[in-house]
Amino acid sequence: MTASPVEQFRIEPLVPIKLGGLDFSFTNSALFMVVAACAASALFVLSVRRRAVIPGRWQAATEMLYEVTAGMIRDTVGSEGRRYFPFIFTLFMFLLFGNLIGLIPYTFTYTSHIIVTAALAMAVFIGVTIIGFARHGLGYLHLFLPEGTPIVAAPLLIVIEILSYFSRPFSLAMRLAINMLVGHVLLQLLAGFVIALGVLGFVPIGFMGAIFLLELLVAVLQAYVFTILSCIYLNDAIHMH
Amino acid sequence: MVDDSAGSRPGKTDEADGSADDFDARLRAARAREEKAEGGGPGSGASSGIGVGLRVGIELFAGLAVGLAIGWGLDRWLGTKPWLMIAFFFLGSAAGILNAYRVGAGMDDSVGLGAAQRRRDAKDQGKR
Repeated sequence: MTASPVEQFRIEPLVPIKLGGLDFSFTNSALFMVVAACAASALFVLSVRRRAVIPGRWQAATEMLYEVTAGMIRDTVGSEGRRYFPFIFTLFMFLLFGNLIGLIPYTFTYTSHIIVTAALAMAVFIGVTIIGFARHGLGYLHLFLPEGTPIVAAPLLIVIEILSYFSRPFSLAMRLAINMLVGHVLLQLLAGFVIALGVLGFVPIGFMGAIFLLELLVAVLQAYVFTILSCIYLNDAIHMH
Repeated sequence: MVDDSAGSRPGKTDEADGSADDFDARLRAARAREEKAEGGGPGSGASSGIGVGLRVGIELFAGLAVGLAIGWGLDRWLGTKPWLMIAFFFLGSAAGILNAYRVGAGMDDSVGLGAAQRRRDAKDQGKR
């Protein structure tokens, strides 16, 4: 427990796999991605198996997750966004389960690694850009010129808007990863104080309880934020207003 | 943000009684209510100060980092060693500041400053 606060984020290969000089090892990060995917699938398969008109506790929970996501897409994208529901919902579940499972002691939080969130954000970004060009053709580029710009300032503004466009997936990825990272480092530091303070250790334990609750909220909120921002980007690509 | 989604779904607990055809009527009513209960929408909830601070920092950094990365890549590609990176350093900073300004001004995260500004004004007018 006296380990460094960032020790918990170390990637350890569980099943080393080397293919053509590249490292494809099955790591603890990958293990918890599989766990999260299995947990999400199990929750949905098991809870709706009975298909009751009056939902039980588990079915009500999954229906609530469905309704939150469907409402999110309807509010931001409108009814045209319904086609993209499976992707958005999968994304939301993957992040939500990753964040929440990471809060269980002795687990690994894959969403605290910026490479994971950046890969997800890039997938959203590239997909949304393709959808935008597919639906609007070159007209999609109108997005980068604010209306009523003086023609002299236009080249500069367009470059800045394009850079701002490219920075979005990174800020999206960093928001999630940093929020997770900070919470887990904070918990680990407080846990270190518990041992250092000896008898007075109950004080940091109290703090840890409070911060754990906060982290629970952050875990849900950040998964939600990531998903709703993906919806907003999707809306840009579809409606372009 | 999360408050909207949790608060706008009342009457979740009173589903225990009632028969099936009654259920259909109530389902329709609930759907109509949900469709009507739009407005507010994402981003209208007040965020906490530390959250906004973190976001502004991330936006500034992301803009700068992307600018530098693009400048560096173009330099390597075109062989114009330091110049494009310097230019994109400033452009990236501008993009980062623009994004941070949009966070501070309470605009949404979509592309295009003009569009975001118009949408926020429209929302403000709708509230009044």
